[in-house]
Amino acid sequence: MTLCDTCGEREAVVHLTQIVDNTITTLHLCERCAAEKGVEMGAQVAKFPLGDFLASLGKSAVAGGAAAEAAASCPGCGAALADFRQTGRLGCARCYDTFEGHLRDLLRRLHGNTQHEGERYGAPSAGPVRRLTELQEQLRRAVAAEDFELAAQLRDAIRGLE
Amino acid sequence: MIDLALVPDGGLSWLDGSGPQANVVLSTRVRLARNVNGVAFTSRAGPPDRARVLDLVDAAWRGSPFGRGSVRFLLDDLAPDDRLLLHERHLASRELTAAPSEREGGSGSAVYLSGSTGVMVNEEDHLRLQTLHSGLALGPAYAELERLDASLGGAIPFAFHSEFGYLTACPTNAGTGLRASVLIHLPGLVLTKEIAKVLQGLTQVGLTFRGLYGEGSEVVGNFFQLSNQTTLGKSEEELLDHLGKIVRQVVTYEEQARQVLLRDAPTIIEDKVWRAYGLLRHARSLSFEEAMNLLSGVRLGVGLNLIPGVGVYTLNKLLIFTQPAHLAAYETRVPGDTDARAARAAYVRRVLDEEAGRRA
Repeated sequence: MTLCDTCGEREAVVHLTQIVDNTITTLHLCERCAAEKGVEMGAQVAKFPLGDFLASLGKSAVAGGAAAEAAASCPGCGAALADFRQTGRLGCARCYDTFEGHLRDLLRRLHGNTQHEGERYGAPSAGPVRRLTELQEQLRRAVAAEDFELAAQLRDAIRGLE
Repeated sequence: MIDLALVPDGGLSWLDGSGPQANVVLSTRVRLARNVNGVAFTSRAGPPDRARVLDLVDAAWRGSPFGRGSVRFLLDDLAPDDRLLLHERHLASRELTAAPSEREGGSGSAVYLSGSTGVMVNEEDHLRLQTLHSGLALGPAYAELERLDASLGGAIPFAFHSEFGYLTACPTNAGTGLRASVLIHLPGLVLTKEIAKVLQGLTQVGLTFRGLYGEGSEVVGNFFQLSNQTTLGKSEEELLDHLGKIVRQVVTYEEQARQVLLRDAPTIIEDKVWRAYGLLRHARSLSFEEAMNLLSGVRLGVGLNLIPGVGVYTLNKLLIFTQPAHLAAYETRVPGDTDARAARAAYVRRVLDEEAGRRA
């Protein structure tokens, strides 16, 4: 974890890059020191949304379902929103469900989008076909590399799956 | 001391100066962040969780086409100098190599390497798949990682969400989990004072930049790392295409800046690059920063065909081997001088003398 350049105590959540006379410096600040230094979150919110967002987490302004999320702790790992606020790290994959409302908001501000458009994952248990394709690919490679011992093992594994 | 010679090419093949635009673009790195479904993320995981992650990765890696002839380093077993060595060689992140090993039951942190492709285990995310290629090579680098991802993902259940994609400890990496970065040398833009404009432009098109030596450090030697800022909402191909397009644009700007320098200030530039070379050939004490900045000058001279006979590979190697842990591991200190600067200067002189000897 990166510590705040100013206080050296809390985790840095705001990373401010400045260019002055062609010299680039990056300051790592915790939320409190960033506020004290007057790091302007308003105009540059698109660049540093995380610190701003974290600062607003758990504040009384949140209402309804959001307030419930703020009070909840994740059944997967026991983490609360306050932990995320402090560390900038989520505790486990289920945190994404537990704090879904907050995170959808944050993800939209970070990435401009919340819908994953990239490759879709097929879990090993859910996708024997994928596993089979993978093994066949490994077999092809093993044969090409003339590793016949590995190839034999892979062939057996493929037979098992088929 | 760990023996990095066990890694094929010492994990240094990405330095060979090959690949498109290798004079301006040193290397391309792509990484994918993945987590094991059902296990708390690293920062919240106890020793048994971390051990389980390591076991899962170990089995999956060994069963993959990358397992054969590969090397594994367990961070808990390494002395601080050796950890630093891995980091300096760009094979492991600062975060991983700085991880305290006194954690009860061990950190479970490890690096698996098959040449310049591998996995970091129990870093900020359970798995950080990464590969390094020479020059501008986003396509080949990602293709390599995609194979590794398919292979490991076929054996380990990854945390995946139908809306948010691959789930990561920090929401800035969610979605594709993909971070591609290109290490680029921009002395022409720095000298013509165009660099601030270019870098500001980058942040407006969704890219980030930082100096070569990690976050928080100032830019040394005119080396910049450009990478994608967002990871969610665009496909891997879109993210890579966009980065590649912008990098090629920056390379064009850099080449134009160099031509401007040659046209408007030929003597100044020639003097600058030869002075840098002269200092490196003869200095008796060099700080790391000074060495980086002089190497940047020589690199510019080589790129402009002003300094003949110095290879890009030699310059790349000097970048790596003049770092503190590399000097400590491979160079004997000058007797009576506790400062690494003398050892660094001696090493640089020797390498450049050898190169000049080959030329003569």
